[in-house]
Formats: sequence, C-alpha cells, structure tokens
Amino acid sequence: MALSQEKLLELYRKMVTIRVFEENTAELFAKGEIPGFVHLYVGEEATAVGVIAHLKDHDYIASTHRGHGHLIARGGDVKQMYAELFGRKTGYCKGKGGSMHIADLSLGFLGANGIVGAGLPLIAGAAFACKYRGDDGVAVCFFGDGASNRGTFHEALNMASIWKLPAIFVCENNMYAISLSQELHQNIDDVADRAAAYGLPGISVDGNDLFAVYEAAEEAVKRARNGDGPTLIESKTYRWRGHFEGDPVVYRTEEELQAWKKKDPIERAKKRMMETGVLTEEEDKAIWEEVRSEIQEGIEFAKNSPLPEEESLLEDVYCE
Amino acid sequence: MPEMTYLEAINTALREEMSRDPSVFVLGEDVGVFGGCFGVTQGLLDAFGPERVLDTPISETAIIGASVGAAAAGLRPVAEIMFMDFMGVCMDEIFNQAAKIRYMFGGKAAIPMTLRTPCGAGLGAAAQHSQSMEAWFAHIPGLKVVMPSTPADAKGLLTSAIRDDNPVIFIEHKMLYGVKGSVPDGEYAIPLGKGDVKREGSDVTVVATSLMVHKALAAAETLAEEGVEVEVVDPRCLVPLDQDTILKSVAKTGKLVVVHEAVKSGGIGGEIAAIVAEEGFDFLDAPIRRIGAPFAPIPFASNLEKAYIPSEETIIEAVRSLA
Repeated sequence: MALSQEKLLELYRKMVTIRVFEENTAELFAKGEIPGFVHLYVGEEATAVGVIAHLKDHDYIASTHRGHGHLIARGGDVKQMYAELFGRKTGYCKGKGGSMHIADLSLGFLGANGIVGAGLPLIAGAAFACKYRGDDGVAVCFFGDGASNRGTFHEALNMASIWKLPAIFVCENNMYAISLSQELHQNIDDVADRAAAYGLPGISVDGNDLFAVYEAAEEAVKRARNGDGPTLIESKTYRWRGHFEGDPVVYRTEEELQAWKKKDPIERAKKRMMETGVLTEEEDKAIWEEVRSEIQEGIEFAKNSPLPEEESLLEDVYCE
Repeated sequence: MPEMTYLEAINTALREEMSRDPSVFVLGEDVGVFGGCFGVTQGLLDAFGPERVLDTPISETAIIGASVGAAAAGLRPVAEIMFMDFMGVCMDEIFNQAAKIRYMFGGKAAIPMTLRTPCGAGLGAAAQHSQSMEAWFAHIPGLKVVMPSTPADAKGLLTSAIRDDNPVIFIEHKMLYGVKGSVPDGEYAIPLGKGDVKREGSDVTVVATSLMVHKALAAAETLAEEGVEVEVVDPRCLVPLDQDTILKSVAKTGKLVVVHEAVKSGGIGGEIAAIVAEEGFDFLDAPIRRIGAPFAPIPFASNLEKAYIPSEETIIEAVRSLA
C-alpha cells in the first residue's frame, strides 16, 4: 500500500464528511424536516471509504438502505443528496426516491436499496457487464450481516464464483440485523467463512480501521481486475445510531455502544495520520470546519429548493 | 411469407436481435447446451458462444437480479424463466427492482431487459408448472406485459420487447410452441401496445389472450355456421393495453365476452371488463361475460385438467347467451 499524503487526506475528509452529513441528518429528521425513514452510517465510515478508494470511474456500486456513506465516499454531491432527503425537485432522484433510493448512474452508483440483500444479484449483473465488455471494470456490493442470511447472498456469490465475475462483496457486519444480534441470527462468528461454500476467498477485517479495510479491498479489487473472480470481505464494525432514526434501541446496551465509540474509525485514522506526520491538529480542525460549512451549504440548498411539481407524478414510470 | 412454428419464430427473433445488437445476451436455466427446456433457445450457443448464451445455476433470483444489474450497466439481457410458475422465486427482482428503478431514480436509469417465460396448462404438469400469472405483472407500474398468440406476433413482439428500454415480461404459451403460421421474412417488429383484430365480426366481441385466441377463433367458426358473427380481438400486450381497439370493437358489436386461461377472479379480464364498463357503457346492449379458470389450483388428472381449462364450448355458450 502506497497511500500518498494527498490520498490519505482525501479519504479522511470523506469519512469526516459522512460523519457530519449523518449527524446533521439525524438532527433534521428529529426536527421533522425530513420525511420517511433514514438509516445512518455513523460509526461505519471506514468501510465505505476504504473500499471505494480503489474504484475507477467505470466501476459500479450497489448500496443499501444505509447508503449515504457509500455515495459520499464515491464522490456524491451532498447538495443533491440533501435535496433528495428533503424530497425536492433538485434532489438526485427529483424527489421520487428519498434516502433509500438515492442513485447516481454517472458515478456507477446503482442506488441505495430498500430491500435488504437486493443489491447482491444486481452487482453480479453489473460485474457481468464489465466482463462482457472486456474493460477492467469491477462491481462492489455493500450489504449487512442481516443480508447474508438472504437467498440473494447465496445465489449471487455462487453465480459470481462460477462465472469468475469481477465482483467484490462487502459485508458490513455491524453486529445487528435490525434488532437481532449476530449471535441470534446466524450460528457463525465470521460471515467471511461463508465464502468457502462458494469457492471464493473470504476475509474478515477490522472495519473500524481504515487501513485494514483499504488493504483488504486493494487485494480484492486487484483480483477482480485481473480476472481472478470475486472476493467476500467482511468488515466488522458497529452502527452508533439505531437501525433507523427513531429506533428506541432496546436490544443492546449503552456499555456496548460506548465501547465501540472508543474504536471510532475517524479518531483512529486521525491518530495514525498524526503519528506519521500526515495530519496536524490545525489541519484536522480546518478539515472539520470546511466540511461543516460544505454540509451547511448542502442543507441550505435543499431547503431553498422547490418541491417537485405535481405534474411530475407520472413522469419516468417508463422510458419513452 | 415462410411458415414456421411459434417456437421457431421466437428463436428467430432471438437470433436476429443477437446478430443485430452485440449488447443482447441470453441467460437462463439450461438455455445453452440443452437448448432450453422447451427448445426455444436451440442453436443459440453454437451461433453466439458461451459468452452470450449463459447457462445459469438454478437460481431464479440471481438470473433476474443479474439481468437487472446488467441492464442498468448498459447491456440488454433476455432472461428465460423456465416455467412462469417459478417467477415467485424472483418476484422481488421483478417488481421492486426492475419495475421501479427508473422511477425511484428520477428517470436517470433504464432497465432494458426482457424476461421470457412459458405459461399455460395442457401438459398434465399440475399446479406448479401450468399457471398463467399475467395479472400479477399487469398490476405493476413500470413493467410491460406481452402475450403473443401466433408465430408472427411472437416474432414481431419479441423483437420490439428486446429493443424496448423498459423491462418487458414476455409470456409464451407452452401449448402454442408447435403451432405453425406465416411469419414475415426479415426484420419484423410489432409495436408494443397495439392490439389486433384476429377475426372481424359484427355481433359479439370476444377479447381473448394467448392460447385462448385460438379457442375463440374456433368458437367463432362454429358460431358463424349458426349465423352469429364473432369479432375476435387479441390485445397482444396487457401493458400497455390497446383500449381503443377493444372499445372500437364493442362500439360495433355492443356485446363483450372476455376470455383468458388464468383464474377468472382477479384476472386481467376483470380489468378489461371494467374499462369497457367505464369507457364504453353506452355501447353495451348486454352484460359483459368473463371466462377464466375456476378459483382452484391446476389439477393433475387429465379429465380434471381438461375441465379446468376454459374451453371452446364455454366460449360458444357465452356468446350464444348474448347473441
């Protein structure tokens, strides 16, 4: 791994952007300014950023209902993201999708998805398209430990394996499938173990360590680009918020949450970057300030954007 | 025009579209070496190679999910689901993914995929290999639903389905695969959403789909001998539905029988009847009659299966009751 200072700072800034975006989203949702459901990525930032760091413009991503982090890591525009969360015309989906369906095809971002585990076969198809075209494109699917119990997981990993598709399956094991802890929803410790059943490599990493995720993804992406087939990466992490905003979180303890907060992926990256002289305290402060102002701009943009016209209700059901 | 079977017509459309457009590929269970469970994809593997004719594992969810992903990424998949009855296995990929992606993403994506699948009873294949579930799909905004009844329609409509930028459910009837008919030579595309009057008549309109078009035509022959002229309308596509052709026919005859092989209750016949009642009530001189299968799973025993499937005689009786 030869991460330049510039690249490291870029990744760090993305993690900070995700954090600030999500904290503001929580606040706006609590105030009743964002309708529907939102599922926040706070605490899991290193996974999205560490994996997506390796992607090229023509690569694909399938995200989840907890998808804001993936899009920010991919370089998504926070203005259009907030506008979509607010249900505005200027949003990524013209207000038709909301948090759970944000997509940006120009970034190869095949959307967040309201159905748990739905992205897995979609990404097998996108990976097939890369292989079919013969470019060196790869396709990455993010999903949770809960989704690893769905049939889509089994079918997609098997298909990707037999066809040697350039796919990277990234399980964000945040230890809970909604309210059910991992020990109650599957009888294994490592989701990565399941890779063996499909004849592909499975690796389990500390998902709160940006550098560990980065290295695992580097290997998986290299393998995919070389035509050697898919990899399953399990990134062990933790969501600081509930499953959704408004979740009373009765299924886990405050002690557990506090213990994980001590393993904050942003703090850990910062510490390492400061130790290696990549980042100073002043620079860090400046990054947070810049990000906060960028996020405020995004929120203002969304609030000042018009609602979609009612005439648009029936637009885009079909391609003409 | 050359004569060919419904099966050959579908096969020809697949070959022509694959030759014309390199982004078209075929995937499904046993579609390669085996040539498809009913033989529809025979010869495609030899003609186009394993890169474009993909034998999949028995994984309907992944077949359709991967088709959606490949379509979103710019390819034009033609997936086969071996029996329509298996579509429950991949329903999320159809109705929550393929159908909704364009709308949910604000028009920024297209899913140009075709899902081919055989429906229909008549082979003694019982309750899980004989159903006609078209109404499920006609109920979902974002999908197009096509049900050809003749070889020419099968070729022309499949060509359009593959070229369409929307997800299209293309429902073949397994008892029609061997039926022969004239098919226009060379490139032949029928626009989706255009019905066809299969027989002109002035006394009673029979709107029929898929295999039932043939039963309606046979019934019309018998009724003609009695002096009753039946007009047989084949919508060909359920979505978009050619309401004009149906209403125009009812305006002429004043009487309507709707017939499909699917279970009558909740079937597409109810929708067609309701459209005519709403839009063409003044045309009607008699109550609308609906014919469909009874509200039961499809039985195995030959006599029971025969009793289950709507028959030519049932159509004749329904028309007589109106004429």
